[in-house]
Amino acid sequence: MKIHEFQAKEILRKAGVPVPRGIVAHTADEAAAAFKELGGKLAVVKAQIHAGGRGKGTLKTNPAQHGVELVKSAADAAKVAGNLLGQPLVTIQTGPSGQTVRQVLVEEGCDIARELYLGIVVDRAAAGPVLMVSAQGGMNIEEVAAHTPELIFRERFHPDTGLLSYQARKLAARLGLKGASVASAEKFIKGLCRVFVQQDCSLAEINPLVVTGAGELLALDAKMTFDDNALFRHKDLAELRDLAEEEPMEVRAGQAGLSFVKLEGNIGCLVNGAGLAMSTMDLILLHGGSPANFLDVGGGANVQQVTEAFRILLSDKHVKAVLVNIFGGIMRCTTIATAIMEAYQQVGFNVPLVVRLEGTEVEEGRKILAGGKFDIISATGLTDAAQKVVKAATAA
Amino acid sequence: MSILINKNTRVLCQGITGKVGQFHTKGCLEYGTKMVGGVTPGKGGETVLGLPVFDTVVEAVEQTGADATMIFVPPAFTADAILEAVDAGIKTVIAITEGVPVIDMVRVYEIVRRSNSVLVGPNCPGVITPEECKIGIMPGYIHKKGPVGVMSRSGTLTYEAVWQLSSLGLGQSTCVGLGGDPIVGTSFVDLFRMYQADPATEAILMMGEIGGTAEEEAAAFVREHVTKPVAAFIAGRAAPPGKRMGHAGAIISGGKGTAAEKVAALEAAHIEVAEGPADMGTAMQRAIARKRR
Repeated sequence: MKIHEFQAKEILRKAGVPVPRGIVAHTADEAAAAFKELGGKLAVVKAQIHAGGRGKGTLKTNPAQHGVELVKSAADAAKVAGNLLGQPLVTIQTGPSGQTVRQVLVEEGCDIARELYLGIVVDRAAAGPVLMVSAQGGMNIEEVAAHTPELIFRERFHPDTGLLSYQARKLAARLGLKGASVASAEKFIKGLCRVFVQQDCSLAEINPLVVTGAGELLALDAKMTFDDNALFRHKDLAELRDLAEEEPMEVRAGQAGLSFVKLEGNIGCLVNGAGLAMSTMDLILLHGGSPANFLDVGGGANVQQVTEAFRILLSDKHVKAVLVNIFGGIMRCTTIATAIMEAYQQVGFNVPLVVRLEGTEVEEGRKILAGGKFDIISATGLTDAAQKVVKAATAA
Repeated sequence: MSILINKNTRVLCQGITGKVGQFHTKGCLEYGTKMVGGVTPGKGGETVLGLPVFDTVVEAVEQTGADATMIFVPPAFTADAILEAVDAGIKTVIAITEGVPVIDMVRVYEIVRRSNSVLVGPNCPGVITPEECKIGIMPGYIHKKGPVGVMSRSGTLTYEAVWQLSSLGLGQSTCVGLGGDPIVGTSFVDLFRMYQADPATEAILMMGEIGGTAEEEAAAFVREHVTKPVAAFIAGRAAPPGKRMGHAGAIISGGKGTAAEKVAALEAAHIEVAEGPADMGTAMQRAIARKRR
């Protein structure tokens, strides 16, 4: 689960990790008021969307306006906020249509002596949380990792022991921090590691982590994502979810207990099992088609779920044909065939439907599909299914 | 022979009194698995499907001599259930549950690896040694006894592969579902080591997917240590970066974990890579034929 920068900073602030003072604004007037309340000569207006690259990103309708801008007056704060609010911001992470800015963060300016990078992820190879720091702050860390990996320093830590003091001092030394900055760094880094574990994060990234002129460490940006599997034990975090930042069809599918990812193609897919669903997308691609989505209907696949799945697939105007690919193990092909027939009727299909069933009670399942008044195209194998659905989508 | 489980394995079900636990215990019993009891804290003394239920795993082991367990405990309690089984000396712990928090698995993994137990999963369909023992949710009837060792991060995709193998007359020695999560108890490398050492396994089929580097590590291991023919399929060539494709562990992040990288690593290890999901069984055939020449 993703959250906004301003929400991540609030979590850090509560945990005692230093962040700049900031106020969220939803209108130009609120932005002006925020500037005044912060009381400084300088502030930064930052678009709040669930994507990175906002600084370099620009508005689709006004390419002169970037997603992050320094302002020197309340009037300027209002002007920038007014430009950003309600407009799609295009960054390297949003895709060409961009993401609409619904709020901005007005933050006090700070005295930046150095910009560092700090990130924590659960590393699979290490089977545990790993902290990475680099003196190359404010840059794309993936590029640093690709070209100059020796400039990234890593420390593993145990979730319950946390980062040890010597590890923090070692990293401070690697970053060339001296004097009072070392203590500030130790407090900051250990604090972030604690939050990471306590809040069940998948990622916590501070880029840039600023060292001020006075030698203090401050999180100029904060990105935090959370382990979806752990949200059951963080009701407060679950409330931070911003559905407006998510793909509407994916939200709807999630509510129906379906696993769904929207893609760019024109062949809708409905499959049981994530690995098989990914493979079905691959299969379509292999046969010259283009999948419109990933959809895992899971082990259940009752009439309600299949109906809702069909509705979601068909609400995508790009879909020209649909492929249902089910391997019935515990789930019987007769059950899924009945569900398909009922759903087909309820939803009112207007594009060709290819169904490939295999597994338990497959012959009876195929009979059920053939028995109805509907023109459902039955496929006998994966290759047959792919060829039929690609042909149907191309012909449409 | 086989790996991990066989006709003598004595199996508990942790979570047996729950609807799902009970349903699948029945399925395993029908397959012929030696289910010997179940564990649900607070329900000790009850009977489910004719099997005794205990409050704790240690009591269940003392009373039944169980050496394996199938875990259907809800995600909030799965880590605890795994550690309880390991503590009670259960050799083979198979955790089916989906939705276990990653940090819980970080704690569990370390303890399990230092113990004498093997953990498979979580978020997996289980393990089956055809015609001997099934511990999990897979449809038993599609499997046939034979020479191919199967390992996969997926559930239904594995059944597709097994169906293809069985149809081609290539039975399976054991099939292991590793699980779809980022941190799982047993890796592809662990299984390659076991299959290479198993006299009944003559060839190995692996199903991987996007996310992480498990397949690349497996490829490196195969190059050095595996002499038996190996075939593989990687799901997710069409997957976009940054999106979780169902499985918690199926996500391309930071440019790492793409299907293309995995395929390249496998091919460099002379592993026969299936072109698509319809080609998994035939890829295994090709690998076997290649080794014979």
